[in-house]
Amino acid sequence: MSENPATNNSVADLQAEGGHGAVPIAGVPTGLGAQPPGSDKWTLFEVFVRARRGLSHNHVGSLHAADAEMALHNARDVYTRRQEGVSIWVIPSTAITASSPDEKDQYFEPAADKIYRHPTFYDVPSGVQM
Amino acid sequence: MSTHRQEYVLRLGDDALVLSHRLAEWSSNAPQLEDDIALTNIGLDLLGQARSLLTYAGKLEGRSRDEDDFAYLRQESEYKSCQLVEQPNNDDFGFAIARLLFFSTYQVALYSGLTHSTDATLSAIAAKALKEVLYHREYSTSWTLRLGDGTAESHERMQQSINNVWRFTGELFEKDAVVDGLTSEGVAPDPERLSAEWNLYIDSTLAEATLDRPNVPFRAGTGRSGRHSEHLGYMLAEMQYLHRLHPGATW
Repeated sequence: MSENPATNNSVADLQAEGGHGAVPIAGVPTGLGAQPPGSDKWTLFEVFVRARRGLSHNHVGSLHAADAEMALHNARDVYTRRQEGVSIWVIPSTAITASSPDEKDQYFEPAADKIYRHPTFYDVPSGVQM
Repeated sequence: MSTHRQEYVLRLGDDALVLSHRLAEWSSNAPQLEDDIALTNIGLDLLGQARSLLTYAGKLEGRSRDEDDFAYLRQESEYKSCQLVEQPNNDDFGFAIARLLFFSTYQVALYSGLTHSTDATLSAIAAKALKEVLYHREYSTSWTLRLGDGTAESHERMQQSINNVWRFTGELFEKDAVVDGLTSEGVAPDPERLSAEWNLYIDSTLAEATLDRPNVPFRAGTGRSGRHSEHLGYMLAEMQYLHRLHPGATW
């Protein structure tokens, strides 16, 4: 009970991941020693929820689970218990290829001065509702 | 026979209320945070069912007792819940899952049957609750499969839990004058039909989870007549303490 988890784990192990947000960890007993056996091998899943028909699925957070079905159940209970959604996707985080923050400039900066790509050079006929 | 009907509604309401409390006890105690939320969520579903049912029991009784009077101001011997739901968790997740599997499978059959009840209130309550208990069954089934067909240790512990809970399940399908009367009136579904549906689902789930159907005799059920195991009294003491100390307390 008295053991300080910080002495047994590197700081990287204690970081909150994904949608759980930044959590202060210094000196806080995290109970990491009491995790279910094998849960360190659980997969990280990203959770996408569609709020209602007609909208697309939005990323709402992430969670660990032993398999996809458990991830779906957990996502249902954690992310949709206040009627947030009508459909859930769970996707193993490893299946997502993301652009690197380091490449932000070369990816996105060049679009900044190309205003002609925005549909703002047309006269909107009167009678068209915006 | 409105007294029979009130008695029957009380049984259903008390089952839901007592198990709801046992599930609430998992708050902060489940193996992982997500199952904390899942089990207490399920408990809240059952609490909602209990509220509707106990309110209806009060209406049938006609002595202006409300849901709180039934929940907080009845003694152990006035509770009509089965003994399955009052058994303590003992911090055993496998036990909680086994009980939930057995009870939610029973409730799915029960509420499916009750949606055709000649009692309009019961059939409306059942239609709403059926959607909830279908998820309870799905959740407990997936854990039963995962633990039963998991590692050697999880298999053995899940089998042990199934064996421990089994003897309390017979009481769910017992018949007496109350049930017989309501079955013939078309108010309540026939326990024999519920039992057949229950056995079909449980047998196939246990087989898929590589678990054996226990060969243990059922314990004679006495909960419906108000005689409970020693555990219910302690549970009610905790559940009723605040309301009895501060009658009508709200927050």
